[in-house]
Amino acid sequence: MSTRFVLRRLLQVVPTVAGILLVSFVLVHAAPGDPVLALAGEHGDARYYADMRRHFGLDQPLPRQLVTYAGRVAHGDLGFSYVQGRSAAAVVMERVPATTLLTGTALLVAIMAAVPLGTLAGRRPFGARDVGVSALALGLYSAPVFWIGQLAILVIALRFGLAPVQGMITAGGDVTGLARAANVLRHLALPALVLASQELAVFVRLTRSGVIDELTRDHVRTARAKGVGERAVLLRHALPRALLPVVTVIGARAGHLVAGAAVVEIVFGWPGTGRLMLDALQTRDTPVLLALFLLVSLAVVLVNLATDLAYAAIDPRVRLR
Amino acid sequence: MPPLIPAFDSAELAPARAAPDAVWRRRASWRAVVALPAGAIGATLVVGVLAMALLAPLLATADPFAFAAAPLSPPSFAHPMGTDAIGRDLFSGVLHGARTSLLVASAVTLLACLCGVGVGLLAGYYGGIVDDASLRATELFQVLPRFFLVVVALALFGPGIDRVVLTLGLTSWPVLARVVRGEVLVTRELDFMVAAQASGASRRRVLWRHLLPNVFPSAAVLLGLLFGQVLLVEASIGFLGLGDPNVLSWGVLAGQAQGFLRVAWWLSVFPGLAIAAAVLGVNLLADAVSSTMSGR
Repeated sequence: MSTRFVLRRLLQVVPTVAGILLVSFVLVHAAPGDPVLALAGEHGDARYYADMRRHFGLDQPLPRQLVTYAGRVAHGDLGFSYVQGRSAAAVVMERVPATTLLTGTALLVAIMAAVPLGTLAGRRPFGARDVGVSALALGLYSAPVFWIGQLAILVIALRFGLAPVQGMITAGGDVTGLARAANVLRHLALPALVLASQELAVFVRLTRSGVIDELTRDHVRTARAKGVGERAVLLRHALPRALLPVVTVIGARAGHLVAGAAVVEIVFGWPGTGRLMLDALQTRDTPVLLALFLLVSLAVVLVNLATDLAYAAIDPRVRLR
Repeated sequence: MPPLIPAFDSAELAPARAAPDAVWRRRASWRAVVALPAGAIGATLVVGVLAMALLAPLLATADPFAFAAAPLSPPSFAHPMGTDAIGRDLFSGVLHGARTSLLVASAVTLLACLCGVGVGLLAGYYGGIVDDASLRATELFQVLPRFFLVVVALALFGPGIDRVVLTLGLTSWPVLARVVRGEVLVTRELDFMVAAQASGASRRRVLWRHLLPNVFPSAAVLLGLLFGQVLLVEASIGFLGLGDPNVLSWGVLAGQAQGFLRVAWWLSVFPGLAIAAAVLGVNLLADAVSSTMSGR
């Protein structure tokens, strides 16, 4: 991968991050309610209000305030949680591992299920298997994620008792080590499957069209002509190239994945950032919400950057541009 | 195969791939669309949902806000979808909710269409600085997590359909803009464009009469898919309890269900089914339209 490509791609991040900061700054300022009135109470002394405004830099022109704001964010200062009385960034960050576990597992499950399904579908386009797989994927994609979650709870957890209904670990159970991991895994299974069902369609679709496309190419014809078996043609010659775009799509779908995770966490009481979002909504803890928005946005930018670089590393055609 | 879910436009690779068949695209005729199984099922679902929304006052068996029967009564002949926690008829709620949900989705789609087609046309036609600036804006709006943005906006400004429409509409256009731009880049090199310009057509005429009609088919498919996505986002917002409780929508109805999952399954099943049917309908239809256009 050429340094020039990496540098150019890194430079693209700058305007995007600046834009995100701007959006989040505008949100804070456009919000109704005066922070000074909120802090100092109404019916106060006008001079006291003016002092407060000066103290917090609210008397400065907006562009100057934006610069101050950007500087603070760069230092990891995203304001204070009204409810918990500590740094909003810290409040959000401590929920990140649970969300990462959920989204990571779901992504893995989705890809591992979608690649065989998509290959099966793409081998004979518009055959019976293709129609079945495509219908399943599209059906899951079209249903609201919380509904799939609720149905899963109703059927799998409540009716058949195959999985716990809520939470990340059995309450009160003081388990450690492997038993703890197994316990978390049991709780993780259902939410991860539900979240994976949302991403499945995209990856199935991608694998399917990739396989269809590759099977018409010259290198596949050459392989067939020299007597390579159909199975090896599919798995060794067509599939690897068909899977290249999957990397990019992980980046493009990152925002959607985290949003889906937020809803799934609420349905299953999974203690991640989504659950935190609901709590912050109910307690009107706006600094936490804004910190969450900012951190999710930045995470999406980073994931996009990482997947783009990874794609360039495995596909030489991109680097040449 | 046209991508069904455009959330993953791999911009780096897309133009090179899209170019050859873009020129030979057939016009989508309704007959051809409905001849496909996906198109037939999709059209049926869409027409059914539209009929639900339009005929809601005639079809509803009760006032959706009125106390109709004992709270949380299971589905029965009188109340085919049961009643909610304060005894309102869910069937009537789902019918009336269709109106709000479809209205929100239509408004967002319209707004996104204006932004996306506008940005894409100008960027593709003028190129240069306009194109660069619009690309940067597109990149920004593409990474902005829409769902979280709507949640924050509703938390700050209070619930309301107008905020949902504005936030989603103003942030949902990037994929559309990219596709329209790509189409313009291909179309502007075609002979009829050269002919139009050579015969002295004004810029405005070229943009409106020659470019716009040609980019519209692929834009329409994307807009259909966006419509479905907006229905889903609206539902998720309602699920979080951020919907306007005074305006019934599928999202608001679905939001009631979580607390009663163990005792009233129907509160979750029916509104969810309505949403899924509507979204599946538009997705199938968009899929069929795009397969017809690419000549498959």
